[in-house]
Amino acid sequence: MSAPVSTKPVPVPDAASAPFFAGALAGRLMLLRCPDCGTFQSPTAYLGVPVRPRCLRCFAAPLEWAASSGQATLYSFVVMHQLYDEAFAAEIPYNIAVVETEEGVRLTSQVVDCARGELEIGMELEVVFEQLGDDVAIPKFRPRR
Amino acid sequence: MGKVYGRTVTDFAAEALALALSDAGLERSDLDGLLINANHSPEMAPALQFSLGLQDLSLVCAMNAFGSTAGAMLQYAAYAIADGQASAVACVYADAPLADGKRASQSAYNGKRTVAGGLAGLRVAYGDYGPANSMYALALRRHMHLYGTTHDQLGTIAVGQREWARMNPRAQMREPITLEDYHASRWVVEPLHLLDCCLVSNGAVAVIVTSAERARDLRQPPVYLRGFGQCAPGDPARAERDPAVHTGAGPAGRRALAQAGIELADVDLLELYDCYTYTVLVTLEDYGYCAKGEGGAFVADGKLGPGGELPCNTGGGQLSSYYMWGFTPLSEGVLQARGQAGERQVAKHDHVLVSGNGGVLNFHSTTILSPLAG
Repeated sequence: MSAPVSTKPVPVPDAASAPFFAGALAGRLMLLRCPDCGTFQSPTAYLGVPVRPRCLRCFAAPLEWAASSGQATLYSFVVMHQLYDEAFAAEIPYNIAVVETEEGVRLTSQVVDCARGELEIGMELEVVFEQLGDDVAIPKFRPRR
Repeated sequence: MGKVYGRTVTDFAAEALALALSDAGLERSDLDGLLINANHSPEMAPALQFSLGLQDLSLVCAMNAFGSTAGAMLQYAAYAIADGQASAVACVYADAPLADGKRASQSAYNGKRTVAGGLAGLRVAYGDYGPANSMYALALRRHMHLYGTTHDQLGTIAVGQREWARMNPRAQMREPITLEDYHASRWVVEPLHLLDCCLVSNGAVAVIVTSAERARDLRQPPVYLRGFGQCAPGDPARAERDPAVHTGAGPAGRRALAQAGIELADVDLLELYDCYTYTVLVTLEDYGYCAKGEGGAFVADGKLGPGGELPCNTGGGQLSSYYMWGFTPLSEGVLQARGQAGERQVAKHDHVLVSGNGGVLNFHSTTILSPLAG
């Protein structure tokens, strides 16, 4: 997917998140998987805390990065009406979504290629990647085709 | 409290402490414990002790479990006192996020473009600013989807609390509102209307905990801490759970009621943490006032408002009076338990249930207050 360079805030990958962003650039949604019990888990408990140090189920470490199938369902969604950042002015109102991947992992993201009125909890989605500049891509989800 | 500008967080904390000491008939030198509710302000830290001029404390801590902290502070203060480690502990909340001439949405809480490093940077890349609003809206949307909860039902909570606030001289918002006003209020994050959301306030609250024996000799009628409970269900990203609609209120409430030796039916009034209308609704369900999913129908008849059968957030709560985290429901609960709530005093106030909720429905505390020693 090619896109013009965004004026929106662009995430700055760090050492801990590098595999996630490298995967996104290559078109893969990277999650964490426990080498012992195999449980897939979100890279962070929510956006704002560090990458999980250990398995949430059996506490094994280190976790390994593994690609998701990219198939998900919509867990919940909201519509942002308030403008906090001019970079989003043209998109208001836009959605913020939590999806649940096939591996049972919840992620905060956005649903694209879907009219507001078509959003429905439980709808089937698939991952797509939005390129932000040359070096960073971020996962979003669209209705499954 | 409220739109009071030009003062530091420390100054607010000091005034609240002075008022609390005067109210109790205690001197600063009587205090040997200080619990500080750490929050967004860097001033709410252990060094606040120095600015308050407190010396030789045997208990001091800045602690934070977000909106559930107040209940936890009372619990730890009470344990320290029961154990002889302290005799009088001040619990303090203060904040000053509002600046003169700026909107609440431009307060210290929200709307920063700061790009955090790593995965945290995804949040602003998605345009998810003011994430507390969006995360609660996500939870509410899920409840609406699963159980058919409506805006009319949520609006009834907002309208009822405003009716209570009209009788509270300390309340920031005292103009009456109707269900039509609620529906007409703008979306903050759909499905949250503006009138689903708490206020933003400058100010402070201080509460002093001491032994029952000592309290009996002080200036005010004692309020007894009869029961405590906490519950923090854990990782919200675990798909096998649905923390958006099942909070820690259930286990915390059962623990607190058991310690108090009472049943839910013995509770005369509720002071429920209300960062949003939805928080009240889901907390009522989890405490067991109705089955899961029936909170909307339960509140729809206005039973939480003045004259209703289950008085709730009798000072207007954080939706209409002031936003001081868990100290909003706690301060109103203390006034009601003492029988000093003036025009809005609930006639029977033997048992007051106070809740605290923090994070996005992640941390819960329950406290049972009573004018009866039990």
